[in-house]
This record gives sequence, C-alpha cells and structure tokens, in this order.
Amino acid sequence: MVRIRNLHFGYSRRALQLENLNLDLLRGRIYGLLGKNGAGKSTLLKNIVGLAFPQSGTCELDGHAAARRRPDTLQDLFFLPEDVQVPPVTATQLAASTGVFYPRFDEGAFHEYLRELDVPSMKQLTALSYGQQKKVLIAFALATNTSLLVLDEPTNGLDIPSKAQFRKLVARALGEERCVIISTHQVRDLDSLIDTVLVLHERRIVLNETIDQLAEQLSFGTAPVGTAPPDVLYAEVAARGQQVIRPNHAGAYSKVDLELLFNALTGPQSAVASYLTQRQHEPVL
Amino acid sequence: MEFNDNEAIYLQIAGYVGENILRQQWPPDQKIPSVRDLAAELQVNPNTVMRTYEFLQGQGVVYNKRGLGMFVAPDAGQKVQAFRRERFLQQELPNFFNTISLLGIGFEELAQRYEQFKAAQAAIPSLSTHEKQ
Repeated sequence: MVRIRNLHFGYSRRALQLENLNLDLLRGRIYGLLGKNGAGKSTLLKNIVGLAFPQSGTCELDGHAAARRRPDTLQDLFFLPEDVQVPPVTATQLAASTGVFYPRFDEGAFHEYLRELDVPSMKQLTALSYGQQKKVLIAFALATNTSLLVLDEPTNGLDIPSKAQFRKLVARALGEERCVIISTHQVRDLDSLIDTVLVLHERRIVLNETIDQLAEQLSFGTAPVGTAPPDVLYAEVAARGQQVIRPNHAGAYSKVDLELLFNALTGPQSAVASYLTQRQHEPVL
Repeated sequence: MEFNDNEAIYLQIAGYVGENILRQQWPPDQKIPSVRDLAAELQVNPNTVMRTYEFLQGQGVVYNKRGLGMFVAPDAGQKVQAFRRERFLQQELPNFFNTISLLGIGFEELAQRYEQFKAAQAAIPSLSTHEKQ
C-alpha cells in the first residue's frame, strides 16, 4: 500500500527531519505510529498523503508517487490532521458537499457513526466544541471507506466514553483492503487496537513489528530494585520495582508494554533495538 | 472487556467465547458474531479476533460455513470443558499447590471445606443450573 524508499525531508535544507527513511505499510493492518514530540510524525504522515514533498527518495501509494497527487490516489485516501478545522456547515451538509469526492463514501454509515459518537448532525459544526468537531471528522473519515486512512492524534480532545467508541468504530472499519495509520502519544488508548507498532526516532523508523512478533521475541516483567537480572535489555525504576525487558527465551507470553518499549527504543544506545535487528538477520531454520 | 497481562489477548478472547458456549448463550450450531462485530464489541484489532477464531476452529470448537460465517460445533461444550480442564490442571493447580504448601494447609482441611462449599451450592440454585432450565 505505502512504500517509502530513502526518503529525505526537511523544512530547511540544513535541518533534516526525516533522513534516508524506509517504510512499507500493508493493507489489513492498523499501524500505531509512535515518536517523541518533534520527532517528525506529522511530517512523515504529510509525506505519505502528498501534503509534503520529499527532497529526495520516493514515497509511493500503490506504485504512484504521493507527491503527484493524482485524483485516483487522493479519492482513495483520507487524512485527519491533528488540529482540525471545520467549515460553517452542518454534518449533513458536509456529507453532501464533501462526500462526493470519495467514491465509496457511505452516508448511512456516517450518520450511524455520528449517533454512536453522540454528535448532533443538524448543528453548525463551528458551533460545536473542539472534541465534537473532531468526532464529526472521525465519523466522516471512517465513512469515506478509503483504502488508506491516516489519523494524526485522533484521540486528542476526546472524552472518556468517546475513546471507547472510537476503538469500536475503528475495529469495525478495518477490512482486508484497508490500511489504517494512527499516530499517538496515548498508547494506552489504542493498545489493543493496533496490530503493528512503528517507532520514529532520530529521523528514521527504528521499529516496524507486529505486537505478536514483539511478544514472541521480548519478555516484559518486573525485577526487585537494585538487582541486575541476567541478560536484561532494558530496565526502568518504577513504583513496584524495576520494569525490565528481556529476551523471551522461554517462549512464555507477557503483554507488550508499549510505553516501556518506546522508552527502551528511544533511549541512548538501545540494546532492545540491536537485539531485534540482530534477530531479524538471523537465518530462519 | 478487561484483559490481563499474562496471557495473549487472542487466547483471552477464546476464553470469552468458551464461556459463552458453556453458559449456553451460544448453543450448538448457532452462528457466532462476525470477526468485525466481536472486534468492535471488545474494542480490539480484528486480526486478533481472526486469530482467536482460527485457533478455536483448530480445536474443533467452531466451524466455518463458507460465506455464512462461524458456527458453534455440536460438541463444542465438551471440547471447551476438556480444554479448560487441561489448562486448569497444567497452569492453575500448580499455583494452588504452591500456595497451600506454603501456608501449611492440608488435604483434610481442604476436603472439609470442599464439602461445605458443595452443601452451600446445593442449598441455593446456582447460576449455571438455573440457566440450563
């Protein structure tokens, strides 16, 4: 679906935000894109949807450069930016005026999503609160039924019940033909929803693995403070002792702690990163 | 649904499906929710539910009718019970033994308490027998 090769991008020539970045995204997956503030998550997403153009390298959607902004490409993708801006119309008018650009837009589904998210469809969008505006656009995004759906911090500004509703709607919206990318800082909001984790760090993608693969390779657990358990890859002091990441030699299951993993990958000289890379290069017997 | 951290989510969902089968909420040969619907209900990734269904199909608990969806196998109840029994004996019982030996609780005391438990169960109609009627 998305194929990025040797992509370089920066808002100025001297300071690159993305450097020699490679990434492949497949249909039928929900990707969670994690990165520190300013790591370039939104910049990467904008390159993918054709709102920013690579300085060198390529970013292709089904074989066509995103930067060419072909109508065929654009009608099959939807991008929800982090800061949403709505026109002074009602949700129903929005569906009529903007839905036509997306051949598979489902107006019935749009109104159903609005109901589930508890947003009025006959009120001017500009009169709604920020969270409500965001929900209208989430409902719209899901109803477009585009192959590629890119959501930048979608749960920011949503109240507690809406986050659960959001997970329900996205879980239902994924099909084999759809690829969903969600950037987020709130990993706990999306924990069981995403199947593949992307980590953007120091201008490159340092992780692109499914949660299942991670659980097979790594073991997440605790250890008493002051001890150094053998072969520990990463440790962090927490209230109940150290939280540690170890190689999963025993093949036992432990839940992937995305926050811990993220810290392990974005710290200096990540042993977890080198362990995972080394595993990838080992021949499969 | 609240998930715990010690077991893969797809297996916890398999446990949830098994629970519904044992409680007769989903009787034999009834269609079970589609992957999408169950994923939405539990707010999890549809690929996880797909893995659950593949696992349960491998166990013979559910079967696939082409184009129609997944259905509860006629003998699903026994299979779920056998599977859960095995899992209890392998995983939970060792922990239980560990605790009683640590606390010095003997089999005699256990047997006595188990009799009391059964008597109490018999006095009030339990949930499961109630539902079977």
